[in-house]
Amino acid sequence: MLSCKDVTRLISESMDRSLPLRKRIGVRVHLLICKFCARYERQLLQIREMARHIVATEEKPGEPYWETLSEEARVRIGKSLQQH
Amino acid sequence: MGNPASSDPSEWVDRYGDYLFRYAMLRLRDRSGAEDMVQETFLAALNSRGSFSGGSSEATWLVGILKHKIADHYRHQAREAPLEGGDLSEHPDAGNFDGVGHWTAGPAEWGGNPADLYRQGEFLEQFRKCLSGLSTNHANAFTLREIEGLGTAEVCKVLNITETNLWVILHRARGLLRRCLETRWFGTAAGKGS
Repeated sequence: MLSCKDVTRLISESMDRSLPLRKRIGVRVHLLICKFCARYERQLLQIREMARHIVATEEKPGEPYWETLSEEARVRIGKSLQQH
Repeated sequence: MGNPASSDPSEWVDRYGDYLFRYAMLRLRDRSGAEDMVQETFLAALNSRGSFSGGSSEATWLVGILKHKIADHYRHQAREAPLEGGDLSEHPDAGNFDGVGHWTAGPAEWGGNPADLYRQGEFLEQFRKCLSGLSTNHANAFTLREIEGLGTAEVCKVLNITETNLWVILHRARGLLRRCLETRWFGTAAGKGS
């Protein structure tokens, strides 16, 4: 029998490789009866979505949560470009 | 029209500086490191302007150079700080299991519609803070796998680790991120906010 601790590890592993059949079935059966592990899986998949979303919005300028180059860095980099 | 190649380098900082900086910030999680990386990228671009074919956009060309530099940086960090026992040993939710590995305190319901969540700058900021809170090895592995979207074999090559170790590291990274988000956002901020 897989414990919740085992299952959480295997949930993550299944996001990186295809689990061997026996383990895969063990995880699926466990998820049917354990709401915490099922929730854990949903949340890890949601975190993957979040990362993809951040990348997708990366090119949009002016998003409030993104920092910009500091004025000091802007000047410094501008100067270094002129010197070459 | 003469050379279709790159634009005037004196305009680069204004045109691409913030974009490249954001790109580097997300992956390096360090302001001065990211600024230096932007500078290095522009200088490398200046020295290899001949390699810009005009086939892709100038922004894409510059990001390509930056990408290489970031990968070098990861390789360097992996050499400087190889994996330690602590990177691999403990389960990220160790304190939440009993002796036989069953939840004593299970994950909380996050609630809310993910699509709405992503529109909130504050949430994404918390996500990045949680990522910055991980150890370098965990954060770099997560970034290569989930932000860059590399396959596990490629991530292993950059970080110079085995696949088995990568699974453990990613498991820990995801688990710690999950807990951090639950505490920082879903547990407290979300409750307060709504």
